Amino acid sequence: MRKPLLCLEGLTKAYPGVLANDDVSFEIGEGQVHALLGENGAGKSTLVKMIYGLVKPDKGQMTLRGQSYAPGQPSEARLKGVAMVFQHFSLFDALDVAENVALGMENPPAMRDLARRIREVSEEYGLPLDPSRLVGDLSAGERQRVEIVRCLLQDPKLLIMDEPTSVLTPQEVEVLFKTLRQLSAEGTAILYISHKLDEIRALCDEATILRGGRKVATCDPREKTARELAELMVGQVLTPPEREERPMGDVVLQVENLSLASNNPFGTSLKDISFSLRAGEVLGIAGVAGNGQDELLLMLSGELLAPSAQVQLKGQSIGHLGPNARRTLGLVAAPEERLGHAAAPDMSLTENALLSGAERKGLTRFGFIDWRATGEFARDIIARFDVRTPGPHVLARALSGGNLQKFVIGREIELNPDVIIVNQPTWGVDAAAAAFIRQALLDLANKGAAVLVISQDLDELLEVADSFAALNEGRLTPVRSAKGLSVDEIGLMMGGAHDMHPAHEGAA
Amino acid sequence: MMIGSINIAVLLAALMVAATPILLAAIGELVVEKAGVLNLGVEGMMIMGACVGFIVAVNTGSPLMGFIGAALGGIALSLLFALLTQALMTNQVASGLALTLFGLGLSALLGQKYVGITPPRTPKLDLGPLSEIPFFGRALFSHDIMVYLTLALVAAVWWFLKYARAGMILRAVGENHDAAHALGYHVKRVRVLAIMFGGACAGLGGAYLSLIRVPQWTEGMTVGIGWIALALVVFASWRPWRAMAGAYLFGGIVVLQLNLQAAGVKIPVEYLSMSPYLITIAVLVFISSGKARGALNAPGSLNRPFHASN
Repeated sequence: MRKPLLCLEGLTKAYPGVLANDDVSFEIGEGQVHALLGENGAGKSTLVKMIYGLVKPDKGQMTLRGQSYAPGQPSEARLKGVAMVFQHFSLFDALDVAENVALGMENPPAMRDLARRIREVSEEYGLPLDPSRLVGDLSAGERQRVEIVRCLLQDPKLLIMDEPTSVLTPQEVEVLFKTLRQLSAEGTAILYISHKLDEIRALCDEATILRGGRKVATCDPREKTARELAELMVGQVLTPPEREERPMGDVVLQVENLSLASNNPFGTSLKDISFSLRAGEVLGIAGVAGNGQDELLLMLSGELLAPSAQVQLKGQSIGHLGPNARRTLGLVAAPEERLGHAAAPDMSLTENALLSGAERKGLTRFGFIDWRATGEFARDIIARFDVRTPGPHVLARALSGGNLQKFVIGREIELNPDVIIVNQPTWGVDAAAAAFIRQALLDLANKGAAVLVISQDLDELLEVADSFAALNEGRLTPVRSAKGLSVDEIGLMMGGAHDMHPAHEGAA
Repeated sequence: MMIGSINIAVLLAALMVAATPILLAAIGELVVEKAGVLNLGVEGMMIMGACVGFIVAVNTGSPLMGFIGAALGGIALSLLFALLTQALMTNQVASGLALTLFGLGLSALLGQKYVGITPPRTPKLDLGPLSEIPFFGRALFSHDIMVYLTLALVAAVWWFLKYARAGMILRAVGENHDAAHALGYHVKRVRVLAIMFGGACAGLGGAYLSLIRVPQWTEGMTVGIGWIALALVVFASWRPWRAMAGAYLFGGIVVLQLNLQAAGVKIPVEYLSMSPYLITIAVLVFISSGKARGALNAPGSLNRPFHASN
């Protein structure tokens, strides 16, 4: 039995309307890799914020190495040896690596010494980093290294990692796990938050599972099957989406040799993109965040204009057309950012329905809005896609992530498009809603629409896609059939090996 | 050295004096914006500084007390802005505009009885033999202490933002307030302090106008210098030395066009009077355009309200 490092007893935290954590107790041993498992909204984030001193618990106490532990703010937690790597990186784009590291330390050494120590630590743990580079220029994987190195420089006793692999390629995940195992062997405990069961079974010694703010179990994840863990986490039996064998139709969307500069100074420009999409086909595009996914979506939706003939919809050149014109022609899109891009946060669901449905649903007449038809359209979406909300008058920002995602995807599907482009359709959405959204996309494809899914979740792509490509630094790999494709091969595609033959030889 | 009827040494000397108020206001606003706050009330804080500084100097007979009073006056007005935007979460643009209007009105009210009075004279700083140097002595070393303090302030701000840990925290807060909060920094505290610094600088800039440059109190005497200071900060890409260059350029053209007016050049006075504003903006736009990276220097959280979400 390991010596306990951190004990949590009866932690409770309520926010108006929700009980985020209800009487949660467990222990983390020294040097233990402890998983915190749960769906979005299960209370994982609130729990670690309490451990890191960002949130004060309403009830309950913590003890760290036998002493009472109640950090009032993160700096206290850091002084006591608790460090955290954030899910949404807590980095500053316009500052360099060394400055970013210094900002996360209590007593940083002089800048020159710090740069030297960053180099030493990053090499020791296999996480190469150049301290003088601007963080805005780094890839997602490198940014995570900055966060990890920032923690390691403070000799933490407990390292909290919040969904660290959501932005990494499978190969980068392997490197990260090696680092974490090395740390664990050196006596640093790790609290590993995730909802990816395979990772937890590969890495963790013990797992605590949260559901609806309560602890449902503490177990050894290696003694459970992924299915048992999933059922503990979700509380119900999940059915994977069904796909029918279906014939592919004609090519409906074609992009040829398209290069396009990003509209964002930290963005990735598209380089020589070519692909075609047939009716009834689901094309999955993988890639680590920041490799041109946003630009690809903007280019296809019409928010970024391209040379006219290089984007063709059903044989018609549409590169020069804006989003409304493309929507009228049958191409719709649902971007990644729900609040602020896909939906206007401070407008009601009815108004949001109007924003993308006006043309195809004929919701305006002579420039005047037909509110009755718009309201019906919104109610249809809510009913068909099981959006949990009191009604269409509710503001978009009041919906939970999963419900709003069902609404914005449903809104586009209800337009009966010929082509639908979605980016990260189930990001931050609970498992039940994610399964629902995937099924809705497959149903649309079954009815003969072409679907393009951009996602960083490989399991999702393997579940829905017929064919498969990966984005890497703005380049798209050749499209392959998804049948028989392994996660390793996909990883290589994401990592930039455009030609897949060496991987086959390696496997043989 | 003379060009036509214009003495270059005197012109340079006048330029430094003309540039000082705008530079003071700009360097203060630069720090405020680096912390992620857009305070459009610079003009209002300047005129309050001009008015309060003048009143204090006349009543105490001491220009030094006048400048201290001006800084406090600017801070008082900036605290109103801080209360509105940081505590009550109002819109920064609207609050800043309101602050300018409020400052203009309040200063006119306070200064009513002081129109037409001459303030106590601020002495030139005695730099001994330096001021005896031909040409340079007259141009560079024959000023009051505020001119040199302002230059020192620019250097200090540059050093603070580049090398000091507190300066790094300030930049971090302005760059990404959510991340700064997650790391445990006090976003609002940093911002309120920055806003107060901006108020003090704007107040000093205003007092420099009413106590040294003009020197008199008249209603609305800042004539839009606060707005030019705001534009300077943006076009200087939030860099202190570039802001200084912009301020000196503006001051130089102000002085030059005054000289041209006096020399009776055949250009309508209206065009000459607008020239400093036009040329400064044009030059700075030219400098900051064409570089995608130039925009990157803009603080990422500028003008975004911060609300701790946990």
